[in-house]
Amino acid sequence: MLLIRRFEEKAGQLYGLGLIGGFCHLYIGQEAVAVGLQSALDGDKDKVITGYRDHGHMLAYGLDPKVIMAELTGRAAGIAQGKGGSMHMFSVEKGFYGGHGIVGAQVPLGAGLAFAQKYNDDGGVTLAYFGDGAANQGQVYEAFNMAELWKLPIIFVIENNQYAMGTSVNRSSAEDQLYRRGESFRIPGLQVNGMDVLEVRGAATVALDWVRAGKGPILLELKTYRYRGHSMSDPAKYRSREEVQSVREKSDPIEGVKKDLEAAGISEDEMKAIDKEIKAIIGEAADFAESSPEPDPDELYTDVLVEQY
Amino acid sequence: MPIELKMPALSPTMEEGTLAKWLVKEGDEVSAGDIMAEIETDKATMEFEAVDEGTIAKILVPEGTDEVKVGTVIAMLAEEGEDAADIEASPQTSKDEPAESQPDDPPPAKTAAANTIAKEDSKPASLRVDPDVPEGTEMAKLTVREALRDAMAEEMRADERVFVMGEEVAEYQGAYKVTQGLLEEFGGRRVIDTPITEYGFAGIGTGAAMAGLRPIVEFMTFNFAMQAIDHIINSAGKTNYMSGGQMRCPIVFRGPNGAASRVGAQHSQNYAPWYAQIPGLVVIAPYSAADAKGLLKSAIRSMDPVVFLENELLYGHSFEVPVLDDYSIPIGSARRVREGADVSIVTYSIGVGIALEAAEKLAGEGIEADIIDLRTLRPLDKAAVLESLKRTNRMVVVEEGWATCSIASEIAAICMEEGFDDLDAPVMRVTNEDVPMPYAANLEKLALVNSDKVVGAAKAVCYR
Repeated sequence: MLLIRRFEEKAGQLYGLGLIGGFCHLYIGQEAVAVGLQSALDGDKDKVITGYRDHGHMLAYGLDPKVIMAELTGRAAGIAQGKGGSMHMFSVEKGFYGGHGIVGAQVPLGAGLAFAQKYNDDGGVTLAYFGDGAANQGQVYEAFNMAELWKLPIIFVIENNQYAMGTSVNRSSAEDQLYRRGESFRIPGLQVNGMDVLEVRGAATVALDWVRAGKGPILLELKTYRYRGHSMSDPAKYRSREEVQSVREKSDPIEGVKKDLEAAGISEDEMKAIDKEIKAIIGEAADFAESSPEPDPDELYTDVLVEQY
Repeated sequence: MPIELKMPALSPTMEEGTLAKWLVKEGDEVSAGDIMAEIETDKATMEFEAVDEGTIAKILVPEGTDEVKVGTVIAMLAEEGEDAADIEASPQTSKDEPAESQPDDPPPAKTAAANTIAKEDSKPASLRVDPDVPEGTEMAKLTVREALRDAMAEEMRADERVFVMGEEVAEYQGAYKVTQGLLEEFGGRRVIDTPITEYGFAGIGTGAAMAGLRPIVEFMTFNFAMQAIDHIINSAGKTNYMSGGQMRCPIVFRGPNGAASRVGAQHSQNYAPWYAQIPGLVVIAPYSAADAKGLLKSAIRSMDPVVFLENELLYGHSFEVPVLDDYSIPIGSARRVREGADVSIVTYSIGVGIALEAAEKLAGEGIEADIIDLRTLRPLDKAAVLESLKRTNRMVVVEEGWATCSIASEIAAICMEEGFDDLDAPVMRVTNEDVPMPYAANLEKLALVNSDKVVGAAKAVCYR
């Protein structure tokens, strides 16, 4: 979680310096969601798919911060060779299927991954993340219907950070208790405190047990909060500084873990050592991302199609 | 007055059918709603119900008769008070259009496009099939519909990862019967009925392809694929590039495209230019059954996402298809359908039939057309187009669709940019009119491309 936080802070700085371009959506505040859920997965057979706020999910999956940061700076060493950018990153090898820029598209795509898992009978489960904003897209419900109809092994995860860009859940959703959004498809839902990594992990276990037992999909609503704007270019005028500050002070997921660790007898020095180690990893990733070369111009026309016709 | 019972049109594109079975006999009394006969179309067996009550006086077309034209009088019904025995068989056995005011008009149940599908038989044998087919290969007559089904079945037998999903593809056997028999052979795991939810199942298919399966997603028509176009373009078409070649999407989106017959503006549109614009997609639009089979097999095997545009009016048409264990045609190669030295006609899909018909008329006036069927629209076989232009120095492009930003426009641009010195006349586009498709038969006919328009354009570029 600290790695994600420090990574995103650094990405924010690099964006400010013009080294990262385009849209860049930071995950600061939401770290407990990806870490709590993905730590419960079986890396060999489970799959993950998410939207454009995807850096945290990749780091939570153990992907190398260097290649992620190099993708953000658009370098050849990036995880998508500099062709994807912040919103479009993939590691098929690790079971991370993106990184999708169209709000809600990852939900039926995720159901398709789960369809393949069921078709192949490989015992895998797909975790499909989407936000409170995407929860109002029609295609999400098309996917819910087929996922339940065909009992696909999928966990639908709504990361409710309470603002779809500048529109709060209450202003956009007739049913703002999003865990109930699966009810008319007979998909059970759980509402989870997404700021508490252990609670998230517990919910992941419950959900995985349900899906692996062949009972079909389940929906998790993770109540969370993003501290930064929707993207780097969002001044976040739709909420007060006090609101953000209050969440930071009362329910920051990293501070929460710190308290748990203190209570478990981990010393301040040990935690400082972790912090230091993470700073070094991030520093190295940023240096790598700044110094590695841009893609060769010859790469412009590669990978448009797989085959030659 | 006895009532004439006529062969009914049971679908927008039906022109004839088989009178499979009479369920009544002469002398039987029927009332409205009684089932009198079973009629087989190329899509389904339909029941023919009585609309009026009366006595069956004469059965004029015996059961088991094939190719009974729509509108043929098949029986006579005596109304109450008439003596069935007195009624003579009507001499009229062909179509009867009393309302027709202009005798030159074709029957309104048909469209211009439906009428202009050329008879494959009239062409020289050497031009019937792909040039790659070995000489002496045995040929079988198949409809486009059967050829498409065979292509899917063969690839499903060969590769466990191939499955087909869409609306009514399984138990109903396909809305246009293209998937007939697949459920029986491959079972419900691989032949999957979806709810009516194009956006959703296009996304699920795309995700399944990303995970390594080989989905064939059928759209009942490509008009409905507009609901799903985001997944076709943004999800399927772009991820290989965006992922630096990691995440492939070997999927086929297929179904009928273009105008059918009298189905109005929302169901009559050619999407070929829409998809052909997208780098990352392969776009195929075959004309003949052989091409439909060979190209669909290649599409299913391709590692790339393929948009496979069929044509409803062609489904029931028969063509010679080579009888080979594994007949596939390479993606990206056009075919010379007819050889000629005077004018090139470049076209695809149903336009090929229109071009062939035009070529016959032109030959009557001493103009020999060189017809190129593009078959694949992306990647486009530019070399074949330019080679034909070099040969004739004049070009007409025929497209059943709108002219603006069309495949025809693209061909014209290619000829100007890369074949300018070979042009003796401007490239002409012969396309549908620039209007939403009207429903009225006469207006629809006016809106669609036809062979006379092609003839006019060909003569214009030949300065004749």
